[in-house]
Amino acid sequence: MTDLEARIGGLTLPNPVMTAAGCGGTGRELGRFFDVARLGALVTPSITPQPRAGRPAPRLTETPSGVLNAAGLQGPGIEAFLSRDLPWLAEREARVIVSIAGGSVGEYAEVARLLGDAPGVAAVEVNTSCPNAEDRGSMFAAHPSAAAGLVRAVRASTPRRLPVLAKLSADVTDIVGVAMACADAGADGLSMINTLHGMAIDTTTLRPRLAGVTGELSGPAIRPVAVRCVYQVHAALPEVPIVGTGGIRTGLDALEFVLAGASAVAVGTVLLHDPSACARILRELEGALKERGIDRLADVVGLAHKPAGTHFRRIDPNVGLAVAGDTVGAGGAEPIEQETTQ
Amino acid sequence: MTDSPVAPVQVPGTVLTIRRTGAYHTITLMAPGIAERFRPGQFAALAVGGEQSSMLTRRCFFVREVKPDYGGTVEIVFAVRGAGTRWLAALRPRDILDVAGPLGRPFPLPRHPVRCVLVGEGYSAAALFPLAAVLRQRECPLHFVLGGADSDHVYGTRAARRDGDSTSVVTEDGSLGHRGRPEDLVAAVIEEVGADVVYACGPTETLRAVSRIAAGNDLPVQVAVEEPMSCGTGVCLACVLPVIDDEGVTHMARSCVEGPVFRGERVRWDDLGTIPFDAYGAPRSLLPGNFS
Repeated sequence: MTDLEARIGGLTLPNPVMTAAGCGGTGRELGRFFDVARLGALVTPSITPQPRAGRPAPRLTETPSGVLNAAGLQGPGIEAFLSRDLPWLAEREARVIVSIAGGSVGEYAEVARLLGDAPGVAAVEVNTSCPNAEDRGSMFAAHPSAAAGLVRAVRASTPRRLPVLAKLSADVTDIVGVAMACADAGADGLSMINTLHGMAIDTTTLRPRLAGVTGELSGPAIRPVAVRCVYQVHAALPEVPIVGTGGIRTGLDALEFVLAGASAVAVGTVLLHDPSACARILRELEGALKERGIDRLADVVGLAHKPAGTHFRRIDPNVGLAVAGDTVGAGGAEPIEQETTQ
Repeated sequence: MTDSPVAPVQVPGTVLTIRRTGAYHTITLMAPGIAERFRPGQFAALAVGGEQSSMLTRRCFFVREVKPDYGGTVEIVFAVRGAGTRWLAALRPRDILDVAGPLGRPFPLPRHPVRCVLVGEGYSAAALFPLAAVLRQRECPLHFVLGGADSDHVYGTRAARRDGDSTSVVTEDGSLGHRGRPEDLVAAVIEEVGADVVYACGPTETLRAVSRIAAGNDLPVQVAVEEPMSCGTGVCLACVLPVIDDEGVTHMARSCVEGPVFRGERVRWDDLGTIPFDAYGAPRSLLPGNFS
């Protein structure tokens, strides 16, 4: 039995596979395809202080191995979330990480404060990619100081028992600098990456494909960018837990993020394609770990940073089966026969 | 959340047959679990391009017919519009693709026999036929109005002639039936048959016009929208329309979950593609005193 437990600050999850903010709906939508309590955690869409109608349609367009969207954080606002969506999730014993958003530091802090009293919240994730109305619409995530100020305010308004995660944007020159600033400001973990800014133009109508003109790119198209960010930040801050996000489609994609330094992973855009993706990815991840002779997911977090050839079993590309001779290191404590009984 | 009454399933669907119907393609899939859950007006969401597809959004189509054979079959009608539908059209019997369904809010049905006018334009008219089958069982007189750009783009004339008490056909180029658009005939048909209720599916322009005519005649009108959907399950929030709820408040409603069937007079047709300023949660910064 592979130990899939994932730890993010004070939060322990039975498995590392979560939904990414804004891709898993309120829980009800995916709950029609599988039991939401089986998720490592469900990350909610970003909750704002007031209800938001979002952006006009068309809001979403398909791009190669990705989607570009400008939905504009349509959502019911914190009050309706607390009275309607959160109780539904709590009733099903889902672990809920609430993503929060706002237009100013004060708005984020207000949402965090209201969440602190609500039963059924496992952690708070700060969506730092919103424009700051108090700073000429500049994105919080774009500047280490702005991101840190936001995280500090949310941390101060959130009860100690709830971990606060900062969700970072990769649309910055130096994501490590932003990550360090957020960690110093009290973030218990980092979630990365958010969508990348993009645009698509319809060559038939000769106009932008989205009503919002530009949009946010997500899906497997951005995965290498996300893996790079997780790798760089884990190298700089090995003690800070990371939730890896960005185009995860299979168990092996999830493993890639773990090897780069993620303690858990969040599945986003692929949920549009496959509503039961989380359950499948978890199954595939467990299989992939077994195949490599890994008993504990936590043992391989950030493994790609270590010198090659010293850890666990590698898959021979020609045979596709494990090469037992390679098994050294933490997994080597187990008898080899047991690992090769696959 | 107003929603389909039964949870959908996500299953591998096996192609049984695929054939051309005029300008469109009709595909029958063996997809266990969908047939017994299906109600008229609901749709299926198909994954295109195979397991490693670079096309991540689902292609959603109204269900034309379900049958209990082979554990449950589903028939859908689609038009080739791009790479995804081209991939679908190239499928052959025994090919397998991922199918989710049935999805969405179905057509509400009358309790008593009432005279129904069923309006369809293009391939979306497929949604009318399972509806017609149920209405027939309830002994409702059925009057079809079917339209399209030309004779190849009118769907279901033969089935309508078989199932309906009357069928009027209209094409924009006059190549089949009357020349014009379906809405040109609807008012006359409503009056002639003494309609009690109108059902419609097709492109926005048709639904807008039909809703207006029905509302003008004080008739209930149920429309199934063709809004492009990306997931079909309600998570992506892409297929929203401004729709007025029971309290008179406009919400940005998802076609895939709150729809695809809406009361025609509740959809703010003239505000499609916008966020009406009075919509629930609309940006308020233009109103005084709301700067935060």
